[in-house]
Amino acid sequence: MIVRIAGEGQFRLPDEDSERLNELDNRAVSAVEQGDETGFQELWSQMLELVASDGNELDDDELVESDVILPPRDISFSEAQEEFTGEGLIPD
Amino acid sequence: MPGLGGRMSTVIKAKISKMLDRAEDPGETLDYGYQKQVELLQNVKKGIADVVTSKKRLQMQSTKLEESVVKLDTQARQALAQGREDLARTALERKTLAQTELQSLDTQIKELEGQQEQLTENEKKLRAKIEQFRTKKEVIKAQYSAAEAQVRISEAANGVGEQMADLGLAIQRAEDKTETMRARASAVEELEKAGTFEDLSQLGSGEDDIDKQLRELTSGAQVDDELAKMKAELGSGGGGDAPALEQGEEKA
Repeated sequence: MIVRIAGEGQFRLPDEDSERLNELDNRAVSAVEQGDETGFQELWSQMLELVASDGNELDDDELVESDVILPPRDISFSEAQEEFTGEGLIPD
Repeated sequence: MPGLGGRMSTVIKAKISKMLDRAEDPGETLDYGYQKQVELLQNVKKGIADVVTSKKRLQMQSTKLEESVVKLDTQARQALAQGREDLARTALERKTLAQTELQSLDTQIKELEGQQEQLTENEKKLRAKIEQFRTKKEVIKAQYSAAEAQVRISEAANGVGEQMADLGLAIQRAEDKTETMRARASAVEELEKAGTFEDLSQLGSGEDDIDKQLRELTSGAQVDDELAKMKAELGSGGGGDAPALEQGEEKA
């Protein structure tokens, strides 16, 4: 699977990671919904860590779409809250 | 899925489809697509240049705030020398606020510098991808039937489009951030410029709303400390009970 970290680049991860990433994502969502900033930061680090440890960055000349696009690394808790409600990280 | 990944993907994909209009004939799509990419690359370059300009403006604001800090400090001393402790306190409160803002501004300027590097790096990636697309489109045109070419073109165009949309959003995010910073720094500058301290003789004794708010915002303890120090320095320390350094106690 191809994962993009917004503002950074694309990474190729083994397909098996998809489940793990999805699980972390779901838990991160719950943390945000419960206003649990520490929990969110912890899960978000784990997601980035997974991409860093299992992923290989794609070459610049590879023209493929990502399966998942993650928000920017330095996303703040309040930005994460907007992600799920309202207009999203960046309005149109 | 509506999670972090899902939401972000939706935003980017919406941007891609807005960017890439498709023509009927795959050959046309290709040439048009490439042309459009080159065009958008110019926007990206301009966007990054704007971020750099905004950063420079913030650096100028930071310099101005530094000047404000010095000025307010001087004014506090003057006020104190004229026995106006109330004014000295207000000046110091404003100084504290300016200092706090200055610190946060400088931190954010550093962050912005990091973002700028990342944007430049990603612009390089985008250029490489567009170049790759240019080569690839000729191969696709030569080798595939119309139907198959369409599929491959879509893939490649979306790959480039994603990079472009992502970079566009990153630029926008950096710009939004600088706007917020600039607004805050301006507010503090205005406070200093408000003129209250231009001429001490113009000052009334009553404090206005701004000053009341300031009192709540700034750390009273820091202001008290500074005021005490200033008094000691001016040698007008309102009685000998100021916790100033004891002088003349040095042992030879």
